[in-house]
Amino acid sequence: MITKFLNFLLAPGLFQSPQVAHALILGSVVAITSAIVGVFAVIRGQAFAGHALADFGATGASGAFLLGINTLWGFIGMGLLGGLGMDMLGRTPRERDVTTGITLSFMLGLGSLFLYYVTTKTTATGAPMTIFFGSIFLVNPSIVSIVIILELVTLLLLVILYRPLLLSSINPDLAYTRGVPLRTVSLLFMSALVLTVEQSALVTGALLSTVLLIGPAAIAIRLTKRLGTTLLLSVFVGLVTMWLSIVLAYDSAQLPPVGRGWPVSFFVVSIILLFYSVIYSFTTKGSK
Amino acid sequence: MKNFTETTSDDKQLLTLENIQVIYGQRTILKNINLSIRSGEFVGLIGPNGAGKTTLLRVILGLIKPTQGTASINGIRIQGAHRRLVGYVPQKIQLDPDIPLRARDLVALGLDGHRFGFPLPNREKRHKVDEVLHAVDALRYAELPVGRLSGGEQQRLLIAQALLSNPRLLLLDEPLSNLDLRSAHEVIQLVADVARTRKIAVLLVAHDMNPLLHVMDKIIYLVNGQAAIGTLDEVVQKEVLSKIYGYEVEVLRIHNRILVVSEKEDECGMEAQCDHKIS
Ligand SMILES: Nc1ncnc2c1ncn2[C@@H]1O[C@H](COP(=O)(O)OP(=O)(O)O)[C@@H](O)[C@H]1O
Ligand SMILES: [Mg+2]
Repeated sequence: MITKFLNFLLAPGLFQSPQVAHALILGSVVAITSAIVGVFAVIRGQAFAGHALADFGATGASGAFLLGINTLWGFIGMGLLGGLGMDMLGRTPRERDVTTGITLSFMLGLGSLFLYYVTTKTTATGAPMTIFFGSIFLVNPSIVSIVIILELVTLLLLVILYRPLLLSSINPDLAYTRGVPLRTVSLLFMSALVLTVEQSALVTGALLSTVLLIGPAAIAIRLTKRLGTTLLLSVFVGLVTMWLSIVLAYDSAQLPPVGRGWPVSFFVVSIILLFYSVIYSFTTKGSK
Repeated sequence: MKNFTETTSDDKQLLTLENIQVIYGQRTILKNINLSIRSGEFVGLIGPNGAGKTTLLRVILGLIKPTQGTASINGIRIQGAHRRLVGYVPQKIQLDPDIPLRARDLVALGLDGHRFGFPLPNREKRHKVDEVLHAVDALRYAELPVGRLSGGEQQRLLIAQALLSNPRLLLLDEPLSNLDLRSAHEVIQLVADVARTRKIAVLLVAHDMNPLLHVMDKIIYLVNGQAAIGTLDEVVQKEVLSKIYGYEVEVLRIHNRILVVSEKEDECGMEAQCDHKIS
């Protein structure tokens, strides 16, 4: 029984497949960055912004398909545009939400037009599926090292911003009087958020990158009371989820319809939901 | 008699506002404010909601540029943030109950929150934080998650945070507004003690002057953007207050309390009537 399960989990060929190796590397860097940036996004109340950025990116990726360039550049290009716009336009949180909501609808509309062209005029009929639900096994190997570099840049930004970012999240006036350059900090964090979300969109798909951003962070925040510990736990949850999902997705090729594995993002979402509901029910019973 | 060992710089004006005016659109929020505060003075900034108290603090902090007039600290004109001299405790800080910070982490941000780079723990820093936590009597809950602490406890931490930058002037915006009477008295006593021992000038905003009567060296009474400044006896009297209110008010002193009352009850001018109003 156990051996049967292990045989399924560690299916033949799992460790030989270069696709799986690439997926594990990509998945890991994306999970680590999302977990760390996610903690700050949740603390700053920018979880919705994170989701919007992924949708912006999806339009860019659709455009990239149309132009025949790598979708990563579509994701990041449009994400930066949207992120910087959001950062400039919205003064108050409500203003930001409204502006984001309206631009978002427009962008998704534009994206649907792009995809209409892509699916009717080209052979890339799988484009919508790839963009919205991810394609970790199909990512072009040449892009892996670029992703790793960009994720390192993002993490470096976070290390630099750590304290001013925290202080300005608690109270901007306080941060300003301490001499924190608020505009710069908020703009740099927005850039970090864009890079994180768009690269995770490349892997898990635009619709589900939010889960990777917020899921591990929310779980970790619920369980810890020190930022350092929160970040470590968030990374741990993110990595475990990602690894399990990739392995399960590879194995699922043995399930119907045989030959094609289920999407990784399905497993990511399920595992996070499972984690979160268990932790939620335990922590609410006890302390609150 | 002044003690000779006292340095002369302690006698200089620490904060000076000259002809400060702030206009938002058509509305004049602050009219011609002139005042000065010396080192070590405890000053109460009293006025009804919407009087312009927070606006005045924001001018002193360099957060807003006055339409007219000059503000200077230690003789240097205020332009933008000047983090070394002024400590600040904002009016309302709503901490997320789940925010993953211990009380001491919040306080430590007062020391180096503006620095870039990942914070490395070191003994000197920990010692400084412990010291200020002790000063505000918050060591008991130093390790607890800050979001779960009571309003009074959070208020003490914010004061500790502000003290860590070694300010010469401490600005507190309505630190008493969410506290019960006992915690309010504790916070006032704490601020007064710390200010005296460290020779820090304090500007504390409140809408009721009564809890502060025994600690204030000076009072600034602000109504409709106009201020009267001086000692309690100079400022809180019928003629002075009637002038800035713009109508006749009476000052009543009963049981060591001061009440400012008028016939115009519908105006939210009197602090007692303003208590239930939210700004
Ligand atoms: N940014 C702003 N724009 C326009 N009006 C403002 C602004 N900030 C404050 N005000 C107005 O200035 C007046 C004084 O506000 P404030 O200084 O916050 O009063 P207080 O702190 O004494 O309650 C209020 O009527 C408020 O509506
Ligand atoms: Mg105010």
